[in-house]
Amino acid sequence: MSHETFLLDRIGSEDSHTLDGYKRAGGYEALAGILKDGRDPADLIEEFKASGLRGRGGAGFPTGLKFSFMPDPAKDKRTRYIALNADESEPGTCKDRVLLREDPHGVLEGCLIAAYTMRVQAVYIYVRGEYRVPYQRMAEAIAEARKAGLVGKEVLGSDFTCEVYMHKGAGAYICGEETGLMESLEGKRGHPRPKPPFPAGFGLWGQPTTVNNVETLFNLPFIVNRGADWFRTMGTEKSTGNFLCGISGHVNKPGVYEVPFGITARTILEDYAGGVWKGRELKAWFPGGSSTGLVPASFIDTAMDHDSIKGIGSMFGTAAMIMLDETACVVRSSHVIARFYDHESCGQCSQCREGTQWLSQIFERIEAGQGRPQDVELLVELSHGMTPGKTICALSDAAAIPTLSVVKHFRAEIEAHVEHAGCPLRAPAEATA
Amino acid sequence: MALPDKLVAEFDELVKNYPQRRAALIPALHRCQEELGGWISPGVMEDCAEYFQLEPVEVYGVASFYPMFHLKPVGEHVVGVCHNISCDLRGAEDILERACSATETEVGRTSENGRFTLEVLECQGACASAPMMVVDGVFHENLEPDDVTRILREVGER
Ligand SMILES: Cc1cc2nc3c(=O)[nH]c(=O)nc-3n(C[C@H](O)[C@H](O)[C@H](O)COP(=O)(O)O)c2cc1C
Ligand code: SF4
Ligand code: FES
Repeated sequence: MSHETFLLDRIGSEDSHTLDGYKRAGGYEALAGILKDGRDPADLIEEFKASGLRGRGGAGFPTGLKFSFMPDPAKDKRTRYIALNADESEPGTCKDRVLLREDPHGVLEGCLIAAYTMRVQAVYIYVRGEYRVPYQRMAEAIAEARKAGLVGKEVLGSDFTCEVYMHKGAGAYICGEETGLMESLEGKRGHPRPKPPFPAGFGLWGQPTTVNNVETLFNLPFIVNRGADWFRTMGTEKSTGNFLCGISGHVNKPGVYEVPFGITARTILEDYAGGVWKGRELKAWFPGGSSTGLVPASFIDTAMDHDSIKGIGSMFGTAAMIMLDETACVVRSSHVIARFYDHESCGQCSQCREGTQWLSQIFERIEAGQGRPQDVELLVELSHGMTPGKTICALSDAAAIPTLSVVKHFRAEIEAHVEHAGCPLRAPAEATA
Repeated sequence: MALPDKLVAEFDELVKNYPQRRAALIPALHRCQEELGGWISPGVMEDCAEYFQLEPVEVYGVASFYPMFHLKPVGEHVVGVCHNISCDLRGAEDILERACSATETEVGRTSENGRFTLEVLECQGACASAPMMVVDGVFHENLEPDDVTRILREVGER
């Protein structure tokens, strides 16, 4: 498991979250270099494009390309914004929390470089309300950086001026969706907006805006310092660099690990997470959070990169691997997840509002031993009514996709629940009790 | 009723962070909940509406959308147990059961002595240290059922 690492290398020293700790590790050199050389933003965009960096928030969209969607400031004089998406609430996902808490200056330098590149005047860091310590650390980092002349007017004596503000969310998953986040930041319900218009043209307060994930922008200072060619030495052709893999569920050592794209899921499971716990066998796993299709254990030798995971009918998502051992009941897990989407649907689209509720209720009754023979088909039919692209945002798809995959791979187990009027994995006495 | 001067002064600073005043509403509601008894009363919503130049129903619409805001009175301590997938796989059900007995109440309720309000939470981003619970905003991770009993006993004695 020897490969080059960089994302988490600073973490571990006691003061990794302070300006001193960060500077000792070479912090803010990338930003200072850009400002000293007066780098052309267009060059930086090319560098980020060349690096192949893709968004870590779930969709894997090329970051440099996204930056290039912002209008030319010479022609469009409106104020421009970045919203840093630190809402992290996709079940299984727990990586951004580590960066915000242990390396907030790294997050901030990434934001400032993105702001310089897109000639943005203000960055809002939208942190989910529950992340108290990460919020505090991030706010302290901004205050320290402001004192050191790194944030605010004329950063480090240059003509680059950028404000950075903290903003606290209040616990709604849908506010992680980029347009829901913008509505929420404006002080409203987090109702996603229909697209188009896209955020680059009409974002926060109707101004040009780019929304990025924490880990995405965290990569920028490294790319500036060491170059796109270096970045491409890690990972695969189409998914470059390293990523943070949060692995949870039935493993011996759950955690957040830095690994290169293209590593197999088995290597992460066995060499990093210490294998399946209690000496048991793996049954199934989610590659990238609860919104990505559940796949059976037989796919464990698949490479963890966007294309390979797509190839097994799932999605790379947020790289949050959730592992289920042989004793896990897929009906129960499906119910837990369906209940979540039902709770989080914002209710604007009928397919999603009704669909998530139905899915949750159907899984609930199958789990409780009250499933009906036609329920499996009903799950499939409902899901097809919810995806793809039938609603304002992708939450509807996020609820339907895992349902379709669980039926595809575990139909027999669901049917057995219906037939036995309960979970066949539990002792018969318990199942009928 | 009116908002305490201290909060108004804070809000006056907060609104400077945004081109539109209303954007500070959610952070402001957080501060109200923290300072004014752990929940947001109809009176507080009216005061916020006045401060933000909104209709009270708009403030209610926002406050009721977000799970972190309590619109009914809560006990002295608020206990939340995550019941989402990673926590469920590692025994969240047992954690919740212990939390029920330690707080002497059930999900969605406040104990008779007014000490504890108990709720279930969706994923809190602590999945690799599951199962977990949140007590008065503080995360407790890698829990065993006995930890729950101990932590809540200590909290209750405070
Ligand atoms: C329902 C839903 C929830 C989402 N939650 C998050 C989230 O918590 N954090 C995040 O970074 N992206 C989340 N996203 C993805 C964002 O919409 C957006 O694609 C992302 O923040 C873009 O950043 P990136 O290009 O750097 O990946 C979510 C998307 C959907 C549909
Ligand atoms: S798909 Fe669901 S969450 Fe997204 S906008 Fe429609 S109702 Fe809201
Ligand atoms: S599932 Fe409980 S913290 Fe993520």
